[in-house]
Amino acid sequence: MARPMARRSVMAERVRVKAMMPPGHVRAPAYLRGKTGIIERALGTFGNPEQLAYGHAAEKKQLYRVRFTMAELWGDGAETPEDTVDAEIYDHWLEKV
Amino acid sequence: MPHDHHDHLSPSGHPYRPDNDGPLTYWQRMEIAVRELLIEKGVVTPAEISTQIDAMDARSPANGAAVVARAWTDPEFKSRLLADASAASREMGFDIGPLNLIAVENTDTVHNLIVCTLCSCYPRNLLGLPPDWYKTREYRSRAVREPRAVLREFGVTLPDNVQVRVHDSTADMRYIVLPARPDGTDQLDQGALAELVTRDSMIGMGLPRKPL
Repeated sequence: MARPMARRSVMAERVRVKAMMPPGHVRAPAYLRGKTGIIERALGTFGNPEQLAYGHAAEKKQLYRVRFTMAELWGDGAETPEDTVDAEIYDHWLEKV
Repeated sequence: MPHDHHDHLSPSGHPYRPDNDGPLTYWQRMEIAVRELLIEKGVVTPAEISTQIDAMDARSPANGAAVVARAWTDPEFKSRLLADASAASREMGFDIGPLNLIAVENTDTVHNLIVCTLCSCYPRNLLGLPPDWYKTREYRSRAVREPRAVLREFGVTLPDNVQVRVHDSTADMRYIVLPARPDGTDQLDQGALAELVTRDSMIGMGLPRKPL
């Protein structure tokens, strides 16, 4: 496994949610996949829900709060472009921009 | 049955409504089967299940209102709440179990609201069960797409200079909004202030009541 925590220790780092569509119990909402935001805060490590949901031993994964603008999520259809959505995204779903 | 004939009105003149005790759904049967198996295999006792149901039923938005009212009157507590809302809630004596809680503060320029687009995550261990509308697909999909329109439907019209921050509870954290303290409440004590804090104001879909 990579050691991504060191890479993502800087606040306001820009990250993109990976645009993958794996089956199973995934906590990265589809509407955020492929979207870019900034890390609002690091939350520490939690058991990976993609394994926990099936009763498997779960690896500890770094969890981040990532902030997206409405403009990024909805483009010209944004209700108010500078409003934001914060969501918790696991490290293995994030790539550095 | 007293009214098996053509008359479908009750003695009060209203139509009879069907009872809601129809057959169990698949998932209701599944829940009963799993619960009975857990008891049979000695994993949990019926008394433990009853105790847990009672504990959840005893939780109510009044718990959150007490936390909010203290934050309004005690700046040091407010700092601790914004730094670690779980620890601050426990400090006030609330048994919130393993809840990982984050408090987000409404100000003159920021309005926060909470949603769980994936399911119905909610700070139940502090506030009790969520309102039915919180679990609807309509709220869950629209809150991240057009939060200001949804807020207007809840009677809250925000000025353009207020930024909306939506918090999607996608994983392990749960959220509570710390609403802005209403004007004209300088003379109120914590108990009176807590009376102003509504459930919806702690989800960000309402504002605290105005003082009488």
